[in-house]
Amino acid sequence: MIIFAALAVLLPFLSAAAGLLGSRWPGHARDEQGDERANRRAAWVAVVPTGISAVLAGWLAATHGAGFGGGEVLTSSPSGGTGNGGPGTDGVTGTLTVVDTGSIPISVGLVVDDLAATAGVLVTVVALAVQIYSVGYLRGDRRYPSYSAFISLFTSAMLLVVYAADLLVLYVGWEIMGLCSYLLIGHWWEDRANSRAAVKAFLVTRLGDVGFLFGIFVLGAAADSFKINDVLAAVPQMSSGTLIAATLLLLAGVAGKSAQVPLHTWLPDAMAGPTPISALIHAATMVAAGIFIVARLYPAFLAAGPTLDVLAVLAALGMLGAALAALAQDDLKRVLAYSTISQLAYMAAALAAGSDSAAIFHLVTHGAFKALLFLCAGAVIHAVGSNLMSMMGGLRKELPITFVTMTIGFAALMGLPPASGFFSKDEVLAAVEQAVSQGPLTDAAALLLYGSALATVAVTGAYSTRAWLRTFFGTRPIVALPEPAPGTARVIETHEAPATMKWPIIVLAVPALLLGLVRIADVHWGTAGLSVAVALLGAGAVYAVWRSDPLSDPARMLGPLRAPCERAFYVDSVYQWVFARPVLALARLVVRTDDRVVDGAVRGSGRVTLGLSGLVRLTQNGNAQLYVTGLLAGVLLISVGAVMFG
Amino acid sequence: MTSLMNWLPIMLLGVPLAGAVALIVPSRPDGAAGGRSLRVHGLAVSGITFALSVVLAVAFDYGDAARVQFETDMAWIPGLDLRFHLGVDGISLPLVVLTALLTFLCFVYLSWGKADGPGQLLRPAPAGTRPRALVFTLLVLEVGMIGTFLALDLLLFFVFFEIVLIPMYFVIAIWGGRARRTAAIKFILYTLLGSVVLLLGLLLIWAQTGTLDVIALARAQGTGMSRSVQIIAFVAVGIGLAVKTPMWPLHTWLPDAHTEAPTVGSVLLAGVLLKMGTYGFARIAIPVLPDGAAAVAPWLGAFAVVGIIYGALACLAQRDLKRMIAYSSIGHMGFVLLGFATLTPVGVNAALFGNIAHGLITGLLFFVAGAVKERYGTADMPALGGGMLSRLPHLGSLLTFACIASLGLPGLAGFWGEMLALLGAFEPAPGLSRPLFLTFMAVGGIGAVLTAAYFLVMLSRVTHGRPVDTVHVPALAGSGPAEEAVAADYGTLPLTGTSGAGAGGSADEDDSGRRDGQPGPRAAGDAAGFRDVMRHELVAWTPLVGLILLFGLWPKALLLVTDPVVRTLVGAP
Repeated sequence: MIIFAALAVLLPFLSAAAGLLGSRWPGHARDEQGDERANRRAAWVAVVPTGISAVLAGWLAATHGAGFGGGEVLTSSPSGGTGNGGPGTDGVTGTLTVVDTGSIPISVGLVVDDLAATAGVLVTVVALAVQIYSVGYLRGDRRYPSYSAFISLFTSAMLLVVYAADLLVLYVGWEIMGLCSYLLIGHWWEDRANSRAAVKAFLVTRLGDVGFLFGIFVLGAAADSFKINDVLAAVPQMSSGTLIAATLLLLAGVAGKSAQVPLHTWLPDAMAGPTPISALIHAATMVAAGIFIVARLYPAFLAAGPTLDVLAVLAALGMLGAALAALAQDDLKRVLAYSTISQLAYMAAALAAGSDSAAIFHLVTHGAFKALLFLCAGAVIHAVGSNLMSMMGGLRKELPITFVTMTIGFAALMGLPPASGFFSKDEVLAAVEQAVSQGPLTDAAALLLYGSALATVAVTGAYSTRAWLRTFFGTRPIVALPEPAPGTARVIETHEAPATMKWPIIVLAVPALLLGLVRIADVHWGTAGLSVAVALLGAGAVYAVWRSDPLSDPARMLGPLRAPCERAFYVDSVYQWVFARPVLALARLVVRTDDRVVDGAVRGSGRVTLGLSGLVRLTQNGNAQLYVTGLLAGVLLISVGAVMFG
Repeated sequence: MTSLMNWLPIMLLGVPLAGAVALIVPSRPDGAAGGRSLRVHGLAVSGITFALSVVLAVAFDYGDAARVQFETDMAWIPGLDLRFHLGVDGISLPLVVLTALLTFLCFVYLSWGKADGPGQLLRPAPAGTRPRALVFTLLVLEVGMIGTFLALDLLLFFVFFEIVLIPMYFVIAIWGGRARRTAAIKFILYTLLGSVVLLLGLLLIWAQTGTLDVIALARAQGTGMSRSVQIIAFVAVGIGLAVKTPMWPLHTWLPDAHTEAPTVGSVLLAGVLLKMGTYGFARIAIPVLPDGAAAVAPWLGAFAVVGIIYGALACLAQRDLKRMIAYSSIGHMGFVLLGFATLTPVGVNAALFGNIAHGLITGLLFFVAGAVKERYGTADMPALGGGMLSRLPHLGSLLTFACIASLGLPGLAGFWGEMLALLGAFEPAPGLSRPLFLTFMAVGGIGAVLTAAYFLVMLSRVTHGRPVDTVHVPALAGSGPAEEAVAADYGTLPLTGTSGAGAGGSADEDDSGRRDGQPGPRAAGDAAGFRDVMRHELVAWTPLVGLILLFGLWPKALLLVTDPVVRTLVGAP
């Protein structure tokens, strides 16, 4: 049982190693033909193990979870049950070895339970779709072998996070994901901007991860074990201070990885990476890991009320702010990036409101429909040769398949029935609504969260409609396109993407549309009606504005708010001034200090010694008379001393 | 069998010593054949030493790692009660193997390259690189380094500790860069000054306890010395070791020495010499002087975390690649010292792990940085321009790998030392102020972020972007007049680096812009001495890459060895 989980983790890892080392082996031909051969081999090396991992993850879920349809699995028994009842008792755990560290040992092991099985399927299915899609998207890219190997490495790391039975093992996967994110955002590193975006993504998430590591320390020390099951079992015995400290520290890592306020600024920039990467890492899986980890340790969070309040406030700020920012972006991928922040905040809201099952449900459906949206956006960008929506328009005739599938994606994002997002968003909203009257949150936080969630539904409807209209309707401006920069597709003719890109989109559209139906019995019709009405209100407003002038951007309806929204409320600039610049100034100061003061003291001591020796040297003037005088004086002193003390 | 095995430590010292002595015997002058036999000689001697260290590691009884094994205890200078006392336990074994490995790899690097390759100091050259002297110096250096880790007598430890300084002085002063004299003098004066203080501390211990036997002293756990004596002795010994480590603010010899030292000198300096300081803490200062350690630990921790932050900030504003890596060592050694300062088993384990990891990673970093410097003729980052991943894809990938390992990514060796040190600081030994150490932990965590920051910024500046077309004259050390003729062929030569070069990096990365760009002039520019990773470099570096991955993915391999002995040294209060 556990061996299959281990295989699912290891296979992509081996595939990454093989892809990195073996794609060009044994020949080193770096001509066109050699590249093509290497790319073909790398594609097989990447796709096949990921496919096997997906099958294994599906099998683990099938033997473990309950209630699924098609290849996609969803536990209908809420995993919150794990939280309140005997934690982790339903999971299968396997430990490979225990590493003695001198204090709390690290146990290298995996666990498969409902939560892990569900997330594992999501990760592998999206990874497989993205791997296949990338074959077409990066056709002819010389660096495709390393690119696909990094995706495999990422898949392996994410599965390690999902299946880990020990918090430190989880942390290992957690950080390696960050590395892959860094490497893949910077895939087109010729452009300095991409390189900067990659560095920023890594540093911002790492800042959160330090807090995360300390949170693990606090939990581990309190439970005297890093095993997740032991930690959860020890939660009732922990003092509330310990729990609040631990969960707040963990929350730093969650905010970093899941791009939540205040550590969200890296995600929009991360769109500099290739679009399939945005779909996999920055929409469906890695950014969802933060939500996953809260669900994983949910009993600890439930016992720490103030942490949930903080989470609620951050989620409320994040969902509305990001949605407003999405409304003003011109870059299609940045719209989707802000939308991701906003949707992740929904999941955080569900967690804060006390329903981890709603959060995980939304995580899964969001993974499906956001990956779909990104892959469609990739097809659009591939066809148009630009990320900017002002370069698009009227594409529904030229890209019919992309149009249909992306419409499904936007419907799910807005929460329109029968798409999957409708059901999951409904559960989230119902949970938040319930939290107003009862639950772990304070009233103010709950009310803020509820108001913000409803407002965000409207704004989500607005920005989805805007993106949809601007991409597929109206007319396309005739602009002489500049030479495509690295980072955009090289094809200029507008036609449907190749089969390797088309089929993953079509396959992903199925769960994005239908996945929600497994929970159709649980729909809260009152809440659902309200949210659909609000979403349509937002959509209608945008439609009305767009109708009046299809060529100009409906974002003009924001009026004076437009500029702040477009710049995401200047958070980036503030961070630049508050953190980045002072650190650099400090660094220069340290270098100066090191040279003048610390090393200056060293050199100074050398000069002082030289100076002193110069003084002493004055006596060594070669005057024999002086020497004899000195000698006699010494003898005199010694004899006097001998007489007096002797 | 066991009696034969007991000779291993002596042979570990004897083989390189005999190899060095053999070079004194006059023979034919350095001709082409002489150069060849010299290279074979160095390679063979260091290879045998490394093989012996592997035998030592295989024969070591891991079930009883806390016990000193392969012990040799002979009277040396009876009048001073000085004994030739050698032995290996879980603390010293990894360091002995690391030393033998790094020395061997340095010889591989020096010996297996083509005559026109970078870093070939053992090739006859018009400028006169004195190859015979270099081999001699490196072998003597190896004797001193291994001896330091084997010695179990305080004065013997000190003797070996000092032996190391002189060959290292010559390595820097003869084969170094432009400002080598100043750097070498600073290095030797500074470290000698530290050694004097160390000697005073050791003598104080001797005067108080009447023995120089490290094992007996460690077993006694400080009995026979009053608390104040222990504190004085700890401060004296600690300062001596801290200069070598180096600990902030006693570090300023290090950047100069590293910047000027030749590649092999930098590798051994960072990979082994710095470890001698931290090893002294684990072997002598903490077990022998527990009360002194407990009293000074908060200060040690404070200096350590200041060093972490200070080193990271200094790196952030550096221009020179080698200098930056030198400052990064200060930060990493800060984590090692922080581990010691916690006085907990986990902290000391962290320090020992960090020691080995730093030796491997920074050894690799200096190898790569040296290769960069020899190709570009400079290590100045603005002058390097950027786009190394397109110009030298394998070298750029390896640099990326080494930097990522150095910034402490989990799954690579650098992580465990840092993480366990922070864990140790989270729960320091009883008697130490917990809030203080929690502060240290938090500061150390910020330091970890800054470490990531400067490495990534450096990678972004050097490896990313488009290569600048200005071609610097590569200062290929040891390259003869044939250089120009060979340089013309570079463009057509197949890449000598196999795909193995990218063990963790992106081996297959190449400049896609080169195709759409202007292939003609750039290709011609690239031809002027820019050859990617070469065979001898690859052979020397691959073991380091492999070990970094091994210890990163399987930390138990190292903790298994150190943990038992650390528990006996620190566990009992």
